[in-house]
Amino acid sequence: MNSIKQKILKDRLFEIAIIFFTALSVLPLILILFQVVKNGIGAINLEFFTHLPLPPGEKGGGILNAIVGSFELVFIASIFAIPLGVLIGVFLAEYKNKLTDFLTVLVDVLQSTPSIVIGIIAYLWVVVPLRRFSALSGSVALAIMMLPLIIKHTKETLKMVPSTLKEASYALGANYTSTLLKVLLPSALGGILTGILLSISRVFGETAPLLFTAFGNPFFNINPLKSVESLPLLIFKYALSPYDDWHRIAWGASLVLILIVLSLNILVKLIIEKWEARF
Amino acid sequence: MGSAILKIRNLYAGYKDGGWVLKGINLDIYKNKITAIMGPSGCGKSTFIRCINRMHEVVDGARIRGEIYLDDRSIFGMHPIIVRRKIGMVFQRPNPFPTMSIYDNVIAGYILNGIKLKREEKDHIVEDALKKVFLWDEVKDKLHVKGTFLSGGQQQRLCIARSLAMGPEVLLLDEPTSALDPKATRVIEDLLEELKKDFTIIIVTHNASQAARISDYTAFFYLGELVEYEETERIFTVPKHPKTQEYLSGKFG
Repeated sequence: MNSIKQKILKDRLFEIAIIFFTALSVLPLILILFQVVKNGIGAINLEFFTHLPLPPGEKGGGILNAIVGSFELVFIASIFAIPLGVLIGVFLAEYKNKLTDFLTVLVDVLQSTPSIVIGIIAYLWVVVPLRRFSALSGSVALAIMMLPLIIKHTKETLKMVPSTLKEASYALGANYTSTLLKVLLPSALGGILTGILLSISRVFGETAPLLFTAFGNPFFNINPLKSVESLPLLIFKYALSPYDDWHRIAWGASLVLILIVLSLNILVKLIIEKWEARF
Repeated sequence: MGSAILKIRNLYAGYKDGGWVLKGINLDIYKNKITAIMGPSGCGKSTFIRCINRMHEVVDGARIRGEIYLDDRSIFGMHPIIVRRKIGMVFQRPNPFPTMSIYDNVIAGYILNGIKLKREEKDHIVEDALKKVFLWDEVKDKLHVKGTFLSGGQQQRLCIARSLAMGPEVLLLDEPTSALDPKATRVIEDLLEELKKDFTIIIVTHNASQAARISDYTAFFYLGELVEYEETERIFTVPKHPKTQEYLSGKFG
């Protein structure tokens, strides 16, 4: 009897320890959210979303240029990264040879490459030949950062699609292309979308690769060949400035950024719950 | 004996590594009959029926030798897509397409091959195929629900309907009931009895009693060779080969 009581006690202690350490690790996250909301909420009003920044000392102004710039950067990056990433993912899932082994390693290396290095690459590839900072160069940097996540999610989900579906499709006389487009990819759609959204939410907050590519721009611009502002860049600059007004705007922009990234992640959760194909 | 719709001549088949899995199979399959292929695991029975609709070649490094004639035409002279339309296949585990509705699953062969059909033609094909597999009454009110929401037995009948919708002459079934409960198995067996009026059926089974229940002819495969091929009644009452006797009396399998 005694030993059973001891076991129950041990069980309890372990349970308490797990809960304690979980709470401990979640605590910083909650504090960050609390801090950002507390300092940022005051800066947010309609003007904040619809106006451009004002010179230091003037009251009001907004971050329209940074919001539009951020979405533009990510949009152009997605145009590059999504088709390329999905195609490479399909290739890696469908074939197994020396080339795919090599590519798999490359994708891992790319994933762990520091973002500042990717920024330098985009600088060399786009900024130097065009001789100007541009949204395009920033998007190239972000696209390179998006690739590994999209490739890996596409590959892993396609591999989880049962081979029996492929057989069923062949047995009905379908060729490889229509099997891929009409059976395999739709079945893996949930996972592929998850990868795409995760990669978007990841690069949305990237600052380093944009420092010498998109560069930042205090004015409204949507021309991809000129420099644009982005939320992380704006936060970086405004937070370092000596003006209290600008600090307030930096907090407000941080809150907006966190809300965007948070909604993307919630969207991913919803997709996983509702859209994953049942096999 | 009826007329042979399929003639298999000196068929050898194997995979990338190792020797032949099938060693010189000669066999005639008779029209509008159910032929059961039975034998212990690894005897080559699945490989055999996958050769018949050229699905064997899909496997990387697969090798094949010999001839198979469908209505006296070599299937190796036809395009695999045509062969697979004339010879449908149903697999061990029900595998409806998870992203498609019941309706789309039935006409999946047309969708996948990019064959455009008019609305009425589609409706007709779907109703006809689902009626043939006794599924129409169970699903007619929910044709646009995903096929994967059906029970295992219903899913397997949906897969049979999907093959029938292409209008095949021969239907290959690779242990179609091994993943189903006894009741669903019974439904499928009754169904095959009905279907042989219109189709020629080849069913792989490692369950000898199933072969005895439903088939007209039975082929016994052992270690890649055809040991005995007879009318089912004869093979189960007076097996000629000692190996067949041993298998039927449960000495191995």
